[in-house]
Amino acid sequence: MDAPLVEVHGLTKEYRRGDEVVPVLAGLELQIGRGDYVALMGPSGSGKSTLLNLLGGLDMPTSGQILIDGVAIEQLSSNELAAWRARNVGFIFQLYNLLPVLSAERNVELPLLLTDLSAAERRRRARAALALVGLADRASHKPRELSGGQEQRVGIARAIVTDPLLLLCDEPTGDLDRKAGDAVLDLFDALNREAGKTIVMVTHDPRAAARARRVLHLDKGVLTREEG
Amino acid sequence: MRAAPFALLPLLAVTLRRHRLRLAFTIASIVIAFLLFGLLAAVRNALTAGVEIAGQDRLITTHKVSIIQGLPRAYLTRVQELGGVRRAASLSWFGGIYQDPHVQLVVFAVTPNYFDIYHDLRLDPAEFAAWQSGRTAAIVGEGIAARYGWKVGDTVPLKSNIYRRRDGAGSWPVRIAAIYHSEVQDPNTVFLHYEYYNETVTFGVDAIGWIIVQLRDPATAVAIAHEIDAMFANSRAETKTSTEKAVAQSFANQIGNIGAILSFVVSAVFFAMLLVTANTMAQSVRERTPELAVLKTLGFTGVSVLSLVLAESLLITLTGGTLGLAAAALTTAALAGQLRSFLPFFQIPTSAYLQGGLYIAALGAASGLLPAWQAMRLQIVSALRTG
Repeated sequence: MDAPLVEVHGLTKEYRRGDEVVPVLAGLELQIGRGDYVALMGPSGSGKSTLLNLLGGLDMPTSGQILIDGVAIEQLSSNELAAWRARNVGFIFQLYNLLPVLSAERNVELPLLLTDLSAAERRRRARAALALVGLADRASHKPRELSGGQEQRVGIARAIVTDPLLLLCDEPTGDLDRKAGDAVLDLFDALNREAGKTIVMVTHDPRAAARARRVLHLDKGVLTREEG
Repeated sequence: MRAAPFALLPLLAVTLRRHRLRLAFTIASIVIAFLLFGLLAAVRNALTAGVEIAGQDRLITTHKVSIIQGLPRAYLTRVQELGGVRRAASLSWFGGIYQDPHVQLVVFAVTPNYFDIYHDLRLDPAEFAAWQSGRTAAIVGEGIAARYGWKVGDTVPLKSNIYRRRDGAGSWPVRIAAIYHSEVQDPNTVFLHYEYYNETVTFGVDAIGWIIVQLRDPATAVAIAHEIDAMFANSRAETKTSTEKAVAQSFANQIGNIGAILSFVVSAVFFAMLLVTANTMAQSVRERTPELAVLKTLGFTGVSVLSLVLAESLLITLTGGTLGLAAAALTTAALAGQLRSFLPFFQIPTSAYLQGGLYIAALGAASGLLPAWQAMRLQIVSALRTG
């Protein structure tokens, strides 16, 4: 049996608002296996986005341990964490967060600028990723020339172009209509089943959560229920 | 994995083109600042060139009241007789006009030993001998000779906007006997014989403009200056003797303290530019906060983001500064011909280009540093929320 890809032990996160300490996560324990597809659900303020940010190394925990593929990421320096993110994590945002001045292809190429690949190889891989999400013919289009669903698919191509261990998705269908949302979820299904990608998705949408293999419910910073 | 701080530099051109109009206005402001800087440097160079080429072994004796007041001719002989004086020559302003009454020529009447003092006026010995032996002969600079097509042997009629001829003739015909060459002196001066000038003018006869004193030992400059002035104290024409450099500086200072004016104008302009460019960069970073957060999310380090913003700032000032200095060089070259009579050294010195280069780097760094620092330090999670 493979070791879990993600292991979280005693994870707490508190924010300070003046003198007031606001607890967000309270001693969370969690394991996610390789190739798993997990949906995180819960009311606003339950800590699901905070957990996603901590798993992606975008924020540091107040205490506890986060082991990803055996690496305790809370102990990495800011530069080590940046390099670790570039190698291991693909992020997909609710509002896509594409750079508006760049074409779809150049947006997808961005993470590859941190590699030693030649410009030609970077372009080749970016085009391949766009082809995988069905947007080979939109490579030269700027984000404003694409629909919301297409923009999100460019975002997915950017997330997978470096072949990361973990895909972290924050409300990926939250800004899409049903048809476009379904297309994005179909892509996640394919990436999980066919490419074996481990996916952790924060969502409010029960239809999106239903696609996942496991659904974890958070409330007030603790896991309250698990389905699947 | 490449951790180089320059990983984002391929994005530079694209991000700069984001707000083309704003970029164009910012660069235009910098162009104007450096154009002004270059032109002021050329003016300063023109006004202070005399200071730079002034000899250490030369004194100038003028009337104590003003340089335009003449001195008795006899003073020249008395100065010449002082022990520490190697040579003394006189110089008198003629106020020359040739053809166009609106164009003032630089014409002096001098004693022949003037050319023994100023060795940097290079002359053909045969031509110089011809000048010495010809009462109406003139020595002209290669610049003015080229401008009017004068050749050795030509006779040209000069007029004066100060003097009239005693005999009622309208002009002073002078024969070009020699053409001087010099790398450091104004190439547009005309030298007449003092005797020719003195025997033809209607007033100021037996007066000289000022005396150039060449010392045997530069270390005696202060003592001999005092000796000369003491010699003519309480006379009808008291004198003021200073080093040539001090006179040149004092002449330049009549227009004001050029260095201080230049520094003030340049400082004010550059401070304004600093605010304009810093504002552009701050606005640019503020607008792109979520995008910079995305870049950091993707794995770009804080230093990469800092480098991107700093490089943007430097590229803007480099473009504007280079265009501004180039515009100043072209403008100076275009104006130099028209100003040749009054400002023969109207050109931007190399030192000003180097200084301009330093200002470009300093302006770029200073205007980009704070926004770049803020971009480097931004917290990903809170910055993503601002999108």
